[in-house]
Amino acid sequence: MTALARVFRWEVAKLLAQKRTYLGLGAATLVPIIFVVVLALQTGGPNDVPLGRYIRDTGLAVPFVVLFFMSIWGLPLVTALVAGDIVASESHNGTLKTILTRSRGRGEVFAGKVLATATYTLTVVFAIGLVGLVAGSIAWGFHPLTSLSGTKVAPGHGLLLLLASLAVYTLPLAGIAAFAVFLSTVTRNSAASVVGALMWALFMQLLGVLPGTESFRAYLLGTQFEAWHGFLRVPADWVPVTRALWVCTLYTGIPLIAAYLVFLRRDVAGD
Amino acid sequence: MNDAAPVDARGLVKRYGDIVAVDHVDLEVARGDVFGYLGPNGAGKTTSLRMLLGLIRPTAGSARLFGRDPLVDGAKALDGVAGFVEGPRFCAYLSGRRNLQLLADYDEPVSRPRIDEVLELVELRDRAKDRVGGYSHGMRQRLGIAASLLRQPQLLLLDEPTTGLDPAGIRDMRRLVRRLAGEGITILLSSHLLNEVEELCNRVAIIRKGSVIYQGALRDLLATAVSRFRLRALDPERARAALLAQPGVGDVELRDGELRFAADDRTVATLSVALGQARIAFTVLVPETASLEELFLGMTGGDSSDHDSAETIAV
Repeated sequence: MTALARVFRWEVAKLLAQKRTYLGLGAATLVPIIFVVVLALQTGGPNDVPLGRYIRDTGLAVPFVVLFFMSIWGLPLVTALVAGDIVASESHNGTLKTILTRSRGRGEVFAGKVLATATYTLTVVFAIGLVGLVAGSIAWGFHPLTSLSGTKVAPGHGLLLLLASLAVYTLPLAGIAAFAVFLSTVTRNSAASVVGALMWALFMQLLGVLPGTESFRAYLLGTQFEAWHGFLRVPADWVPVTRALWVCTLYTGIPLIAAYLVFLRRDVAGD
Repeated sequence: MNDAAPVDARGLVKRYGDIVAVDHVDLEVARGDVFGYLGPNGAGKTTSLRMLLGLIRPTAGSARLFGRDPLVDGAKALDGVAGFVEGPRFCAYLSGRRNLQLLADYDEPVSRPRIDEVLELVELRDRAKDRVGGYSHGMRQRLGIAASLLRQPQLLLLDEPTTGLDPAGIRDMRRLVRRLAGEGITILLSSHLLNEVEELCNRVAIIRKGSVIYQGALRDLLATAVSRFRLRALDPERARAALLAQPGVGDVELRDGELRFAADDRTVATLSVALGQARIAFTVLVPETASLEELFLGMTGGDSSDHDSAETIAV
C-alpha cells in the first residue's frame, strides 16, 4: 500500500470512529424513509417538482424527488458537517501537530483528508439514492419510470439513469465540501466552517432565484443540482451535464487549491 | 545517518505582530547530549521547539536537524527525529494501540510486536485497548513517549515531559529519559524545573524572554557559582580577621553572625588549616551556591516572563 493510501485509510477510519459521521449519514438516509412513509399515508403529492407527480408510480422516482428537496440545505449541511470539521478538529485537538511530526509531508496529509471527504460525500449521496429506491419500491413497486419528456423508461434503464444522476448530483456537493474544507483549514474552527459552508450554499441558491441573475444563473453552484435533469430527457440533454462538470470543477478546485496552499505554509500551534 | 549535529539552530526569530516570542536563538546540541532547554514559562521554549520540528515557520533564521532544514526538506528533515511539543495529543476516540498504529502508518508500517514493545516500555500495555479519552495526563505523556519511540529516533525532543505528573509519574518519566539517554539517544528536553535539568542534563541553554542567556556544559555553569563560601565561627570577629589576613580571600562580609567570602577551592583548603592553627573554632564552612537555582534566578532576574506567577520557577 502506498503512503497516501495508508493516510487515506486512516482518515476514513477516523471518520468511522466519530459520531458526527453517523449523525450526518443517519439524518440523510432517514429523509427518504420519512418521505415515503408520509406520502404512503397521504393522498396529495409534490406535483410541482420534477418527477413529483409520478412518485407513486415507481420506487425509481423517489430518489430523484428526495434529492431535489435535499439540495436546498439538507445535503449541503450533511456534507459540511464532516468537511468543515476535517482539518479544524485536528487543529483544535492538537492531533494535527502529532501527525505532522511523522514522516508524511503536509501535502499527503491534506490529500488524504480531501479524499476521505470525497468518499464521505459520495457515500451520503448514494446512500440516499439507495434508501429512497428501496423504500419507494417497497411502497409502490419497481416499475417503469416516466421521463421528463413524458416517455416511459424501463426499470433497468431507469436504474442506470439514477446512478448517472447521483454521480452528477455529487459534483455541486463536492463544491460545497471543498468550500467547507477551505474554511476548515483557514478558520481552524469546526462550527464556523460548517455554518460558513452552509451559508455559501444557501447564498448560491438565493442568487439563483433572485430576479436579475438570469445572465449568470447557469453558472451558479446551486443550479448544478439540476444538471441530472439532462439524463431524464429523451434524448438525453448533455448540455447541463457537461456544464456541471466544468463549473463544479472550478467551484471545487479553487477552494481546494487555496486550502492546500494555506495548509502547506500555516503555523501549527496551539489554539 | 550523517555527521551533522542533531540540532543546529541559527538566529531563530519568531515574531507575532509586535511580540517577539523567540529572539535570535542559537542552539547546538551534540550527539549523545541530554540537553536541557531551561526557562520560565512563556520564555519561548515551546515556540523554539515548534520551529525545530517545522510546525511553525521562523520569521528569521534557520533550524537544522542532522543537517536538514524542515522548511526546505519537509518531513524528510524529521528522519531519525521524534518528540512532541506542549504535551502529546491523540485521537481521544481511538484506543491507545489504534493511535500508535495510526502514527506508525504515517511513517512506515511497523509490526504489531514492535507496538507491544513500546507499550510495554512505557507500561501501558494493560490499557492499550482503552480509548485515549479515558487516559490520565500521565498516561498520555507516556503514550507520547511510546509514539516517539516507534520511530526509533536518534534525537528526541521532549517539551516539559514531567509537567502535570504526580511525584511517582515524575520519577518514572525521569527514569525513562535516563534510560533512553543511556541507549545513546540524543535528547533535547525543555523544562522550567531546575532540579530536573540538574538531574538529567549534561548541557543546558537558559532562555529568558526569547533570548538564550547561557549555553554550555552544566558543570561549567555550576562551577562559576561555587566561588563563594559561607563560614560560621564561634567568634565571628576573630574569624573575620583571619579571613582578611588570608591571601586569595576577597569580598568578605559579615551578616547575621555568618561570614561570606569569595575564594577558590585551594584557598579554602588552606584557610581551614589556618583557622585550626589559630584555634578559631568553626561549625560550618560550605560553598554558598551549589545549585542551579540561584544562578538561574540571578540570570533571569528572578522573573518568569511578564505575566507568569512565581510558581513557574518552582524547583
